[in-house]
Amino acid sequence: MEALQAVFVLPFLDMAGEPLFFLEVIIGGLLTGVNYSLVALGFVLIFKASGVFNFSQGIMVLFAALTLVGLMERGVPVWLALVLTVLAMIALAFIVERFMLRFLVNQDEIILFMATIGLAFLLEGVGEIAWGADVKELDIGIPDKSFEVGGILLNEFDLFAAATGTVLVVGLAVFFHKTPIGRALRAVADDHQAALSVGIPLKTIWVVVWSVAGIVALAAGISWGAKSGVQFSLSLIALKALPVLLIGGFTSVPGAIIGGLIIGVGEKIAEIYWGPLVGGAIENWFAYMLALAFLLFRPQGLFGERIIERV
Amino acid sequence: MFYREAGQFKTTYAGDQAVFPILQDRAFVIAVILFAFLVVPFIADDYWFQAILIPFLVFSMAAIGLNLLTGYAGQLSLGTGGFMAVGGYMAYKMTTAFPDLNILIIFILAGLIAAVVGILFGIPSLRIKGFYLAVTTLAAQFFILWLFNKVPWFYNYFSSGVIAAPPRSVAGILVVGPASTPMVRYLVALSFVVVFTLAAKNLVRGRIGRSWMAIRDMDIAAEIIGIRPFQVKLLAFAISSFYCGVAGAMFLFLYLGSAETEAFNINVSFDVLFMIIIGGLGSILGSFLGAAFITLLPILLTNLPPHLGFSMPIDLQSHIEVITFGALIIFFLIVEPHGLARLWQIGKEKLRLWPFPY
Amino acid sequence: MANGKKIGDVLLSVQNINLSFGGVQALVDVSFDVRKHEIFAIIGPNGAGKSSMLNVINGFYHPQGGTITYRGVTRARMRPHEAARQGIARTFQNIALFKGMSTLDNIMTGRNTLMSSNFVLQALHWGPAWKEEKAHREMAEEIIDFLQIEAIRKTPTGRLPYGLQKRVELGRALAAEPDLLLLDEPMAGMNLEEKEDMCRFILDVNDEFGTTIALIEHDMGVVMDISDRVAVLDYGRKIAEGTPGEVRVNQDVIDAYLGVSHD
Repeated sequence: MEALQAVFVLPFLDMAGEPLFFLEVIIGGLLTGVNYSLVALGFVLIFKASGVFNFSQGIMVLFAALTLVGLMERGVPVWLALVLTVLAMIALAFIVERFMLRFLVNQDEIILFMATIGLAFLLEGVGEIAWGADVKELDIGIPDKSFEVGGILLNEFDLFAAATGTVLVVGLAVFFHKTPIGRALRAVADDHQAALSVGIPLKTIWVVVWSVAGIVALAAGISWGAKSGVQFSLSLIALKALPVLLIGGFTSVPGAIIGGLIIGVGEKIAEIYWGPLVGGAIENWFAYMLALAFLLFRPQGLFGERIIERV
Repeated sequence: MFYREAGQFKTTYAGDQAVFPILQDRAFVIAVILFAFLVVPFIADDYWFQAILIPFLVFSMAAIGLNLLTGYAGQLSLGTGGFMAVGGYMAYKMTTAFPDLNILIIFILAGLIAAVVGILFGIPSLRIKGFYLAVTTLAAQFFILWLFNKVPWFYNYFSSGVIAAPPRSVAGILVVGPASTPMVRYLVALSFVVVFTLAAKNLVRGRIGRSWMAIRDMDIAAEIIGIRPFQVKLLAFAISSFYCGVAGAMFLFLYLGSAETEAFNINVSFDVLFMIIIGGLGSILGSFLGAAFITLLPILLTNLPPHLGFSMPIDLQSHIEVITFGALIIFFLIVEPHGLARLWQIGKEKLRLWPFPY
Repeated sequence: MANGKKIGDVLLSVQNINLSFGGVQALVDVSFDVRKHEIFAIIGPNGAGKSSMLNVINGFYHPQGGTITYRGVTRARMRPHEAARQGIARTFQNIALFKGMSTLDNIMTGRNTLMSSNFVLQALHWGPAWKEEKAHREMAEEIIDFLQIEAIRKTPTGRLPYGLQKRVELGRALAAEPDLLLLDEPMAGMNLEEKEDMCRFILDVNDEFGTTIALIEHDMGVVMDISDRVAVLDYGRKIAEGTPGEVRVNQDVIDAYLGVSHD
C-alpha cells in the first residue's frame, strides 16, 4: 500500500506542492528536448531522402564537434573554424557517397544499416587519431550563466541552444518546401526509381542530404559539447535520439521536434519525481519505455500516416 | 571430382529431407565434429582455447540464436546483449542458490528464463515492424542491464557488483570456476554448440522454420494462408532468446569467469548482428562463419603488425584496429551482401564441376 | 458447363456488403451466393472493387456493413488466418510467394494449418514430428505432380518466371485442401498457352477435388468459358449476375465494358 502510494500519489503531490519548481523542471526538459530533436533531425533527414537508417549520426555529432574543437585549439578563430568544419562535413558527405552508398544502391535496408555501423567505427577511429581521444572543452563564447525570470531559473546557454534549434528547423522547413532541391529530396523519399526516371540525380541528392545532416550534427555537437565537453560519450546521444524517432516517426521533421520535446520533458519529470524510488540512472532506458508505450497505441508514430495494406 | 551428387539417388522422402542429403557433406561435417572432440583437445594450447576457440563457440551459439530471429523470422533485434545478460545472471543466481544442481542443467534453465524475457520484449512485434521494432529491442538491452546493475539481489549484494563463476563439477570433473582447465570448458562449450546446432537445423527445415520464413518473406500472405503471425513471432523471440540466454551463461561461466553488466553491453549486440550479416542471414553455417570472422579479426589486427615488424603506440594501434574493423565491414557488405555462407555455396558449386568445368 | 457435375447448396453467402476507405466507396451493397462445387466468377473493369471483394471474403478487410455467411455460420470480425483455418485459401493478383523459399517449401507452408507437432518434437526431429513431416511431404509431392512442376521443386521461387510462379502459388493454395478457393486474376499477364494451362488446372481442381472456386478476372474471354455463374461489378456495385450466356447479352454489362457514361 505504501509502495503504491509512493509511486502513484506522492510524486503528484510533490508536483502540485511546488508548482514553480515543477515548471522549472518542464522548461529544463524542453531545453534538453531541443537537443534530442537536433540529433533526431539528422536521422530523419537521411532516412527520408535515402531510406538509410544512419546509425553513424551520433558519431557524426562527435566528429563535427571534435573537428571544431581541434581547429580552435590550433588557434583558428571561431568563425573560420565553423566554416572549415562545415566544409569538412560536406567533404564527408562526398566521401560517404563516393565510397559507400554508391555501391549499395538497391541493397536491403538492413545491409545499408549495417554499413552505417561500419562507418561509425571508421569515423570514430579517424576522429580520434586526428584530434586525440582526451576530453576537450568547447567554448564558442556564449556565456553559461543562469538567471531568474519570475522565480524560475533559466540558463542562458540552453536558451541559445533552443533558439539555434528553432532557426535550424524553420530553415529546413523552408528548404524542403520552397527550393527546387528540397522538392527533389521529397520526391526521392517517395520513390527512388520514379525520381531517377524523371531526371532527379540520386547521387547529388544523397550528397546534399548527408551534408545537411552533417551540418545539423555540427549544431547538435556544439550544443551538447559546450555543456558536457567533447568526448567519446557524445556519440552515445544518438541512442537517446532513437526513441524520439519511435514517437515522432522516422520520416517526419515535425515529429522529430515534438518527439524530442516529449522525451526531454518526460525524462526530466520521471528522473526527478520517480527516479529516487528505483535508485536513479533511469535515463538510459526510460525514453525507450515511454516510446514503447506510445507505439502500442499508435504504431505508425505521432505523424506517420496510417498505412492501408493491400494485396 | 570428389565432390558430386551424381549417382546419389534418394528413394525415400526421409533421405531427401536429411540435414545433409549429399554424402560428402555428411562425411565432412562428421569429420569436423570428430576432429573438434578428439584431436583439438590434444593439439591446442591454453591460449588457443581461451582466446580463440571458447569465444568462437560462445558467439556461434549467440549468432545462431539471433539468426533464427533475424535471418529466419525477419525480426531485427538489437537486444542480444540484454538476453545474454539474462542467461548469465540467472545462471549465476541459480547456481549460488542451489549449488548442488548440475551446472549444465542450470545453463538450460537460464536459457528458459531468457526465453520468457524474450517473449515479453517480443510482444511489440505484433504491431511494429522493421527498424521501429529494432529500436524497441534496444529497450530490452538498456532496461535489463540497468536492472542487473541497480538491484543488488542479482549480484548477491557484493559491493564490487561483479559476478564470478563459482567452482562446479559434473561427474567429478571441475567444469567451471577459476580452477577449471580451459580444455574442459572448451569441451563443454563444444557439446552445447553441437547439440543446439542440430536442434536449430531441425527447427528451420520443419513446419516452424517454414512459418518463420513465410513471415519474413511476406507477412500478409503468410497470415492469409493460415499462419498466426503473433504466435509465430513470439515463438521466434522465445527460441532465439533461449539460445542467447544459454550463450550468455556460457559467456560468463566458460569464457569470462567473472563479469559486470558492462560485459553484456550494446557492443555485444552489434557484434552478434555483424556476425550473422557477414556470415549470412538465414544460414546456420553462416552463423559459424560470421562468429569466426568477428572473433578472429581483432586478434589478427592486434597480432599482425608486430609480426610484420611494425611497432606503434598502443592507443594508435587501437584506433587503427577500429578503423580497419569498420572499413572491412563496409567492404564485405559491398562485395558480398549475402555473406560468407553464399561464398561457401558458390565454392561448393564450383567444386562440384571441378576439374572439368565445361 | 453441362458436364453433369452436381452443384450443391450455398457454401458462401455475401449479403449487402459495404466497404469504404476514407471517403472512397469500394463496395456498395453487394450480394451474391456461391454454391458448393461451382466455379463462380466475379468480373468487372479495373477498379470495380473485385480485389476488395476477395479481401472481404477472407477477412483481410472488414466491411462497414453487410454479412458474410460461410458454411451456414454468419461471422463477426475475423482475421485472415482464421479464414484459412476454416478452409478458405487464395492466390494473389500480384504474386505473393515466399521468394526466399523453394517451391517445395512454399507448398509445404500451405499445409501448415494441417500440421500440429510442437517445437520441442521438431527440434529433436523425433517420432511424431518426423512422421508428420513425411506424410505431408507425400501430399505436397502429389500437388507438385498434379501441377507438373517437378523440375522446379527445389528452386527458390524468386528465381522462377512469372507463369510458373502463378502455378506454384496455385499449388500453395491447393496444399491447404481448401473447401473454397479464391483466385485473384489467375490469368493476368499470361500468354495464351499459359492461360490455357491455367484454365485446365482450374477445371481439373474443380473436377477432381470437388473444390468450390470463386475467381475474379477483368478479362471476360476465358472466364466465360470455364465459369458456371458470373457476377459483374462496376464502380463497387453489382450490375449483373447469371450464367455466362445471360451475362454476355446484358446491356448494363456491355455498357460498363464499353465505357458508357454513368448517370
